[in-house]
Amino acid sequence: MYKILEKRSLNENTALLKVKAPDIANKILPGQFVIIRIDEFGERIPLTVAETDNTVGSITLIAQMIGFTTIKLGNMETGDYISDVIGPLGHPTQLDGYNRACVIGGGVGAAIAYPQAKYLYSKRVPVDIIAGFRNRDIVILEKEMKNVSDNLYITTDDGSYCEKGFVTDRLIKNIKDGKNYDVVLAIGPLMMMRAVANATRPYGIKTIVSLNSIMIDGTGMCGSCRVTVGGEMKFACVDGPDFDAHEVDFESLIRRNNAYRKQELEKLDHACRLYGGNR
Amino acid sequence: MMANMSLLKNEMPHQDAEIRRNNWEEVALGYSYETAIDEAKRCLNCKHKPCVEGCPVSVDIPGFISKLLEDDLDGANEIIKRTNTLPAVCGRVCPQEIQCEAKCVRGIKGEPVAIGRLERFVADNAGEPSKVNTISEETFKKRVAVIGSGPAGLTCAGSLSNMGYDVTIFEALHTPGGVLVYGIPEFRLPKSIVKKEIDLLIESGVNIELNKVIGRIKTLDELFSEGYAAIFISTGAGLPQFMGIEGEDAVGVYSANEFLTRVNLMKAYDERYITPVNIGNRVAVIGGGNVAMDSARCAKRFGVDEVMIIYRRSEDEMPARKEEIEHAKEEGIKFLVLTNPTKIITDTNGLITSIECVRMELGEADDSGRRRPHVVKGSEFTMKMDNVIMAIGTSPNPLLSEITPGLDVDRRGCIVTEENMRTSMEGVWAGGDAVTGSATVILAMGAGRTAATDIDRYLRLK
Ligand SMILES: Cc1cc2nc3c(=O)[nH]c(=O)nc-3n(C[C@H](O)[C@H](O)[C@H](O)COP(=O)(O)OP(=O)(O)OC[C@H]3O[C@@H](n4cnc5c(N)ncnc54)[C@H](O)[C@@H]3O)c2cc1C
Ligand SMILES: Cc1cc2nc3c(=O)[nH]c(=O)nc-3n(C[C@H](O)[C@H](O)[C@H](O)COP(=O)(O)OP(=O)(O)OC[C@H]3O[C@@H](n4cnc5c(N)ncnc54)[C@H](O)[C@@H]3O)c2cc1C
Ligand code: SF4
Ligand code: SF4
Ligand code: FES
Repeated sequence: MYKILEKRSLNENTALLKVKAPDIANKILPGQFVIIRIDEFGERIPLTVAETDNTVGSITLIAQMIGFTTIKLGNMETGDYISDVIGPLGHPTQLDGYNRACVIGGGVGAAIAYPQAKYLYSKRVPVDIIAGFRNRDIVILEKEMKNVSDNLYITTDDGSYCEKGFVTDRLIKNIKDGKNYDVVLAIGPLMMMRAVANATRPYGIKTIVSLNSIMIDGTGMCGSCRVTVGGEMKFACVDGPDFDAHEVDFESLIRRNNAYRKQELEKLDHACRLYGGNR
Repeated sequence: MMANMSLLKNEMPHQDAEIRRNNWEEVALGYSYETAIDEAKRCLNCKHKPCVEGCPVSVDIPGFISKLLEDDLDGANEIIKRTNTLPAVCGRVCPQEIQCEAKCVRGIKGEPVAIGRLERFVADNAGEPSKVNTISEETFKKRVAVIGSGPAGLTCAGSLSNMGYDVTIFEALHTPGGVLVYGIPEFRLPKSIVKKEIDLLIESGVNIELNKVIGRIKTLDELFSEGYAAIFISTGAGLPQFMGIEGEDAVGVYSANEFLTRVNLMKAYDERYITPVNIGNRVAVIGGGNVAMDSARCAKRFGVDEVMIIYRRSEDEMPARKEEIEHAKEEGIKFLVLTNPTKIITDTNGLITSIECVRMELGEADDSGRRRPHVVKGSEFTMKMDNVIMAIGTSPNPLLSEITPGLDVDRRGCIVTEENMRTSMEGVWAGGDAVTGSATVILAMGAGRTAATDIDRYLRLK
């Protein structure tokens, strides 16, 4: 059992949980993730570790409440227990050897991208962060991101905060303005990652995305997380989750991630009735 | 006592096929006391014990049957448990027809003694065995790490613990048991039986650390530096293979591992559990082994109208146990043999609409002695389909070997071992499917025992 040391809401549908897991905290690197199962009846879901605190032996998870399990998680409180936390899983992001990086986070992806920016910044690599949100109400981690970047650009789809537009608008502008990024790291919804890949492709800038396919075991045993990269089948949980964005078959992955839509909507309905609706 | 000279085994009572295909309860119900005694009387108590040679762990078969006839169930159980730590499991899932029972003299004329069924009867009905206590001073307190809690790991841990070692099993999943819990379905091996065996192991002092993926949370070197004096790797052969045909990334294509894990480990069939399984009205299972039969029979239990097994050779070549094939047929599963899928066809949303297959014919025998299938030219045809489950084999998971350069693996990713299951790394043993590729429960257990004996020898000298 893994104790929740701290729980708070970052916005109405994003929760931050500090969970005691000293072994994992001690070992995990940026880009790696854990799989959690809340209780005996729960589903196993993957979440990236946004931060670790070795003084208390905790890992920080930031979850967007989009379905049954994430809503249930978002409704847990400080002092509650999570039945299973498995990790670190996946390969750490390859972050060494770059001269100028652009880290892009979309929505809750900002939380997942944050440790990468933090690592680069600590190694004195110039790093820009572009974080995109639907509107001002769901902006998260602004202060934290500011502290680990040379420039932080926030975009909102509706223009209710900072720049109006998508992350790719800002990215293309920066590239055109002569920011010589030699790597772009993008984490967020698949649509966003695909747009980033398309934006950097003409410039030949190395672009890494973290793929959030549907997972069960996270050890390479079930094949549910399979993705097509460079025409080959890869398992995101063991071969990734990071891949070369220009090689990823996003269409196939988008279809696969919608596979359980129907059941999930039913479960979601159930969760909303249980937890009083969080959407 | 009069021997029973009937040429036929006592039949195993079964749940009726019409009923069982709608529930998840065990199919084979087990012998009654009277039937067990009647069957035991068929054993001739042969001096040279040919049956024992057929058993990979050399269970003293006439020995336990004699005790059973003396009405000493606990004694019978103790004899079995001397060499087989999981008799309730083996009695159910061992391919007895090619092992112990294949060598039984009663099988020369008529059917062999139903050794597996008797083993199951004893294991299910005996009381707990008294603890074997062989703790010796010099070995006690030495720590051994076992990686993976399938039959190989459980057996190795059990044997070493009985010898007095301090054993910890590290398991990647949230429930111990390996394929016994995530692969083999409830209706063939109730999970309560596996749990009972594992609880006994824990009671006898074995530690089990769940949710620990070795290779990620810890390396082998780190285990050594934490004070483990020896390591046994029993990580199985869990990596699923796909065919490499068009459309395999479609929504609705499962590896058998994913489908069975959703069903067995995550209990998708029980509405209290929230992990979903998406299954339509026509399901094709590709393959002809136990895994294919289990997948098809699980699919049937979700109320699917048409479940079919598609296999590229003929029924004679199917690697599944005869009994499983029979059971599958009784439950209404169709068999389409000498057929191979070539393409999975989807709609614009990526949902499966149909599959394209070709007919096959058998040519010359290959290395495995089975006749090699060839495509019949121009025989393509398509069938409407909602799901495809790939049960065409698995190979050892490379996660641990990839990050352990000193650990030799062969071309197929199997860990290379010497006779006593020693690997290329000092202080590291391996056994079970991780070494052989997918095999059987009892062979995995045998490897676990062999390794335990050698680990003991090694640690005594150290
Ligand atoms: C390596 C990895 C790291 C991740 N890290 C984070 C993180 O740090 N924070 C976070 O909020 N989320 C993260 N995710 C996504 C997270 O796992 C899913 O949001 C979660 O599984 C949804 O579970 P649920 O039961 O709440 O929703 P469900 O009811 O299962 O699904 C709700 C909706 O989300 C879609 N969905 C289902 N599974 C996924 C998935 N794996 N990825 C994207 N969409 C999905 C479904 O199509 C459905 O429409 C990560 C995913 C992966 C693979
Ligand atoms: C569906 C199905 C049906 C079968 N039916 C039969 C049958 O009827 N009769 C029969 O004799 N055999 C059958 N088999 C085969 C039999 O189950 C296997 O041969 C046997 O389980 C192998 O045992 P093992 O201990 O080597 O590995 P497994 O049972 O595969 O156990 C390996 C364990 O190691 C864990 N693991 C893997 N990697 C790591 C890691 N890095 N760190 C920590 N833990 C790890 C896994 O999670 C797993 O729990 C069947 C197999 C399947 C899949
Ligand atoms: S362990 Fe398997 S092979 Fe050995 S006697 Fe029992 S059923 Fe037969
Ligand atoms: S060979 Fe058959 S009859 Fe002879 S001892 Fe073994 S089980 Fe009994
Ligand atoms: S999650 Fe099962 S193989 Fe990746």
